[in-house]
Amino acid sequence: MRRRVLPGFGISLGYAVSYLGLIVLLPLAALAWKASGIGGEGLLRLLSSPRTLAALKLSFGGALLAALINAFIGLLVAWALVRYRFPGRRLFDALIDLPFALPTAVAGIALTALYAPNGWLGRWLVPLGIQVAYAPLGVLLAMVFVGFPFVVRTLQPVLQSLDRDVEEAAESLGASRWQTFARVILPVLVPTLLTGFALALARAVGEYGSVIFIAGNIPMRSEIAPLLIVQKLEAFDYAGAAALGVVMLSFSFLLLILISLLQRWSNRWEERAA
Amino acid sequence: MKKRTVLLAIVGTLMAASAMAKDVTLLNASYDPTRELYKDVNQAFAAQWKAQHGDTVTIQMSHGGSGKQARSVVDGLPADVVTLALAYDVDAVADHGLLAKDWQKRLPDNASPYTSTIVFLVRKGNPKGIKDWPDLLKPGVKVITPNPKTSGGARWNFLAAWGYALKQPGGNEVKARAFVRDLYRQVPVLDTGARGATNTFAQRGIGDVLLAWENEALLSQRELGKDGFQIVLPSISILAEPPVAIVDKNVDQHGTREVADAYLKFLYSPQGQELEAKHFYRPRSAEVARKYAAQFPRVNTFTIDELGGWRQAQAKFFADGAIFDQIGPGN
Repeated sequence: MRRRVLPGFGISLGYAVSYLGLIVLLPLAALAWKASGIGGEGLLRLLSSPRTLAALKLSFGGALLAALINAFIGLLVAWALVRYRFPGRRLFDALIDLPFALPTAVAGIALTALYAPNGWLGRWLVPLGIQVAYAPLGVLLAMVFVGFPFVVRTLQPVLQSLDRDVEEAAESLGASRWQTFARVILPVLVPTLLTGFALALARAVGEYGSVIFIAGNIPMRSEIAPLLIVQKLEAFDYAGAAALGVVMLSFSFLLLILISLLQRWSNRWEERAA
Repeated sequence: MKKRTVLLAIVGTLMAASAMAKDVTLLNASYDPTRELYKDVNQAFAAQWKAQHGDTVTIQMSHGGSGKQARSVVDGLPADVVTLALAYDVDAVADHGLLAKDWQKRLPDNASPYTSTIVFLVRKGNPKGIKDWPDLLKPGVKVITPNPKTSGGARWNFLAAWGYALKQPGGNEVKARAFVRDLYRQVPVLDTGARGATNTFAQRGIGDVLLAWENEALLSQRELGKDGFQIVLPSISILAEPPVAIVDKNVDQHGTREVADAYLKFLYSPQGQELEAKHFYRPRSAEVARKYAAQFPRVNTFTIDELGGWRQAQAKFFADGAIFDQIGPGN
């Protein structure tokens, strides 16, 4: 092994592994152990129930859509914050983190109060036939809200380190504005954008507190998977609740692996292009 | 590890203190709407105990959804007494060996010192003309009730509707099932708890009728003003009996059986009954009930035992894949 400048590989790896084991793997193992009580047949019944499927579809579909929206808006916001100087920029920048700091239940109640049929926005939207609160759209809105800071915060440092010369060079070599963006800037941003997307997605999938207030929670329509877990706990069905938890986790894990593969692929693509 | 040491130190100090000054601490695990009630009860009981025994009792409260509270006690919340929304949740604690299975026979009146019932809360002037259960199925009437799978109160609502349909002339299970199915089709929002449903109805302005505990309905009427809402008593409803019990295993460990027992008996005393009536729970004592007759009009009720008791009701209606799931969409 090559000698390193700084010593301590063994101890820091050991520390990292045991910490990860204690904080992440141990609770997951306990979850899997609890879930195993349901048995193969029980799991099959759980997974083939239309209600479970509808809830999973809403949770994951909603989270994917919310992460997409956040990736798009987040890119715009990060761009505006990094590239332009305008009055109130610092305040605006500080506000981005607010969804992190707010207890999610408070966020849910605030959103519901806004979009309920008698709320400030709801009273104008509902007559137009746009129902946000107590509908799947409300679930999406809450998910966008809690995931918003991730994309902005991951993109900002990368955008800051992006040299303006490259754009100028592209322009002087005859690239159109769109070409500059699509062929020069975006490829550099894609891996980070994917990281932000993955974080926003993971956050939205697991979100309970804020969604529960705005969803309406009607089975097959606006019922999220975490609520099904709570319902099972409420009926003292620990194994069923844990099993559904494991199903959600496996799904999320697959999605995250997929995203990291995409990231690797885009990294390689970028290297080859360079 | 460090946290645990600190905790042990605190517990140790508390125990030492209690040994010297005979200060007693009780923990009461209760459900959500009893917050205001037990604040008053605890104060009154502590004063009485001090006068009779010279010891200081401090009663700590833990509030939450009834089912969640039962789970916490099962999982180790050291509650000396539980005062929950329905007997099924206390049964669940008993099933885990924390108290005797016949707990409901150890205190009078099914171990429920106070009762309530399920009523309709409607908007001022009752614009949809809601008088009884069938009116809830009229086209365009929106009903707010929480999800019985996550809320103890909502289970009483469901059973009240079921019992009504069953008790009609020619009523049977098939008709009752159709009735509750149609009723839940009128529900635009299924909140997870009773307070959430009250908020949806009162603050968000959703729905025409709120199915609610009578005590919650009276409370929201007082809090939100008499002119906002009206209470409608249906022709028949369910007698909700929120039970109380000593958690044997915990009181024996803490050595608090005597005071915990006195605490629960206090709920049956004239003073306790008076406080409960003041907080909108129907008292068991006929004398106190007479005094509050204006607040609690006579209402025809049936009990959960007529529907086979809580264990059976839970399995039949609210378990996974049981009737509530069957009447819902997606099954």
